[in-house]
Amino acid sequence: MEALEPARDPVPLDIREGVDRETIETVQAMAGRYKHGWETEIETEYAPKGLSEDIVRLISTKNNEPEWLLDWRLAAYRRWQKMAEPRWAMLNYPEIDYQDQYYYAKPKSLATKPKSLDEVDPKLLATYDRLGIPLREQMILAGVEGAGGEPARKVAVDAVFDSVSVGTTFKEELKKAGVIFCSISEAVREHPDLVRRYLGSVVPQTDNFFATLNSAVFSDGSFVYIPPGVRCPMELSTYFRINAENTGQFERTLIIADAGSYVSYLEGCTAPKRDTNQLHAAVVEIVALDDAEVKYSTVQNWYPGDEEGRGGIYNFVTKRADCRGARSKVMWTQVETGSAITWKYPSCILRGDDSQGEFYSIAIANNAQQADTGTKMVHLGKRTKSRIVSKGISAGRARNTYRGLVSMHPKAANSRNYTQCDSLLIGDRCGAHTVPYIEVRNASSRVEHEATTSKVDDDQLFYCRSRGMDEEEAVALVVNGFCREVLQALPMEFAIEAQSLVAISLEGSVG
Amino acid sequence: MARPKADPAALAALLEVLPAPAQGGWLAAAQAAGAARLAAMGLPQRRDEYWRYTDPAGFNAPLPDPAEASAEPSAFEGIARVRLVFVDGAFDAAASDDPAAAGVEIAPLSVAGAADIHWARELHGAIEGAAHAAVARPFAALNAARAPDGVVIRATRPARLPVEIICRTAGGARDVLLRHLLRVDPGASLTLIETLGGGARSLHLIEAEIGAGAALHHIRIEPRVIAHPCQSHLHARLGAGATLKSFTLSGSAGLMRNETVVDILGDGAAAHVAGALVAGAGALHDDTVFMTHAAEGCESRQVFKRVLREGAVGVFQGKILVRPGAQKTDGYQISQALLLDDASQSLAKPELEIYADDVKCSHGSTTGAIDETALFYLRSRGVPPAEAEALLVLAFLAEAVAEIEDPALAGAVEARLAGWFGREAD
Repeated sequence: MEALEPARDPVPLDIREGVDRETIETVQAMAGRYKHGWETEIETEYAPKGLSEDIVRLISTKNNEPEWLLDWRLAAYRRWQKMAEPRWAMLNYPEIDYQDQYYYAKPKSLATKPKSLDEVDPKLLATYDRLGIPLREQMILAGVEGAGGEPARKVAVDAVFDSVSVGTTFKEELKKAGVIFCSISEAVREHPDLVRRYLGSVVPQTDNFFATLNSAVFSDGSFVYIPPGVRCPMELSTYFRINAENTGQFERTLIIADAGSYVSYLEGCTAPKRDTNQLHAAVVEIVALDDAEVKYSTVQNWYPGDEEGRGGIYNFVTKRADCRGARSKVMWTQVETGSAITWKYPSCILRGDDSQGEFYSIAIANNAQQADTGTKMVHLGKRTKSRIVSKGISAGRARNTYRGLVSMHPKAANSRNYTQCDSLLIGDRCGAHTVPYIEVRNASSRVEHEATTSKVDDDQLFYCRSRGMDEEEAVALVVNGFCREVLQALPMEFAIEAQSLVAISLEGSVG
Repeated sequence: MARPKADPAALAALLEVLPAPAQGGWLAAAQAAGAARLAAMGLPQRRDEYWRYTDPAGFNAPLPDPAEASAEPSAFEGIARVRLVFVDGAFDAAASDDPAAAGVEIAPLSVAGAADIHWARELHGAIEGAAHAAVARPFAALNAARAPDGVVIRATRPARLPVEIICRTAGGARDVLLRHLLRVDPGASLTLIETLGGGARSLHLIEAEIGAGAALHHIRIEPRVIAHPCQSHLHARLGAGATLKSFTLSGSAGLMRNETVVDILGDGAAAHVAGALVAGAGALHDDTVFMTHAAEGCESRQVFKRVLREGAVGVFQGKILVRPGAQKTDGYQISQALLLDDASQSLAKPELEIYADDVKCSHGSTTGAIDETALFYLRSRGVPPAEAEALLVLAFLAEAVAEIEDPALAGAVEARLAGWFGREAD
């Protein structure tokens, strides 16, 4: 067990009538306790600090990459040098020194790639064990029982530790179904044609500052290919862990769902507690061909920084799905509770006729966290449909912004969008903002947008408290109710984790 | 957010063709202050986020087309009111009614600007000047720098009659800039109508101070068709318990931007801003509203209804900003667009920025075609297609028109609107 933090003097607070001081103090003592804030002591090999063409070449060499990929990275790097960091989001953070970071960190024990999980450093395995991530091919995620005697569901995991993939489980079983699930560095070597065809085809190198940076320095990530007509026999999952200090994580995920296939993909992430900020700039690309369906769920729980806003991950992520095929469907579900700064807009390009995009999001910002997140639904094909449900919760001194785009192109006849953005404010020092862009360029489509902002309803709180709940529990219950629509969209294992995360993230926000 | 760099040479070229600055009196000093604000901001650029969907180029450069004569008849004939007529941007006393009939203090800005009217001097640029802190609004400052005329009105008690500002063009000026200064003292009330003309490029601005418990009703009627770029701004500041109700009826303009900037500074105040738009071929119409709540227990409402056809583009940017401490705010915003054909576009950015927790704020936005079921129903009752469409469109716009409180004035607006659809008012 990690050592408990030394008790701090409780900060004087205006206490609302009817709230027990002891409860408040207990809650305050717990505030900011981040479950995954410990560090694994492990020998790590770093590339020299800073970013240069040499570092890009080094990453490429370390990954044993072919020439074309190195050229691709270098082109991205040269472009990135001429780009300016975007500042349009409602985020306030000091200038990032891109030369004061490590761009490559790898546990020394992984110098030679282990042939099987048995050869993996036990310290690494213990790390994932402690995080509750099964690297042994156990049947289920820790802490979740199979319901009512049904056979428990299997989850295949690709574990990424700092810059490298530690291992991927259930590979053999997936292979039988024709599914390719491996780290992207491995995919570059084993399936170069697929990678070359699709890498950068959804998020081009030139897309934006952070995506271009990622294109230059991405070190690892997951690769998924589901062949035509295959329903992936189990959930796939990637677990990202930043461990090394002053190290950015730049992973790249590429998911290709061929015609008529289906896959559900989960992503989780944590990092140790540190006083300095760490950079995370990931890219996720999804390609859905005819009739394919992809569900992508994220529980983002990077270290959010302490109550004063010291430390925490700067999370700048580009996620985009290209619904290329007719009747394809992509569903993004995200629970964003971590990170000091979140800049993330998972999007769908609805190119195929009758394709569908969905976005369900819970973004929680507490203490000094800032989140600017939302989605883009770009309707290009006929009869395309999209649905956006966003729930933003702000507490403490946090800022939470929903930023979204719904665009109906002239040819996207008879398309449909429904958007609902709700914000909940807890405390009078936080901010909740909604910045939607709605662009309709044909008359046969229907676009509806609704947004509300409110506080936790006093009547609901009173009701809960009159049934014997304390204020913390009551708020957690009301908030969970507020988020219900999104929680229901998550796969079961994640829903349970997400629900408890929602409560933990808001600890100390009442009073 | 950083704004793109402006080009000082372009600004100088534009200033060259605008009416010359005033030569003396406090107006000259107020204009110089406006010019300084403008110079600090520069003209807006294409990539300016505040001009997200509308290219400001049509306002930025000297106008190539000649002005023409136009005299839009007032929608309020037959209703008792005091008419103040401006021709080519200058007050025409002969064509106007006797201002004294309104029972409030009225003077043209060109006259007041040389006289010692301390409240007007203090008001000029005070509200507009403060508005740039949130977002740079260079054209409002441009208006301050060069508008040679307008009306200044001070109501110290309820006005006896509505005041209508009628803008006509005789073809003598390419650019018409008018600035109106309104002060509605505590407990007083005023109804101000603006009937805009379409013959020249125009830039209108109202600066309104609405005192505690005072009320300003504002109705703006834009022509059915405007060939030249037109901007119309309203900058208002509300004291405790004050009321602002503003409604704009807009037609089809090649380039039209209505900006409404409201600061609610006193507790318990209410501000309603509404607009009805019927835009056709080649039109680009932009409604931009910035509602700031800086006091407790206030209410704001934005209701914008737009009918777009023949390739018209309707832009709506509406923002509700709730400052820290503005508890018990009730903010509401609805923007709806009816697209009558595939060539038309509706672009909306309804925004909320909220820093207080005990608030109720919402916005809704819908875009779509006319309801087929309703159309079918009317047709099945023997209503010809064109008439059925007109009926449904008028019904759609009615929610915005309903924001006009005075039944006689609302009736006149309905009649004008019905006329646009070839229907006599019932």
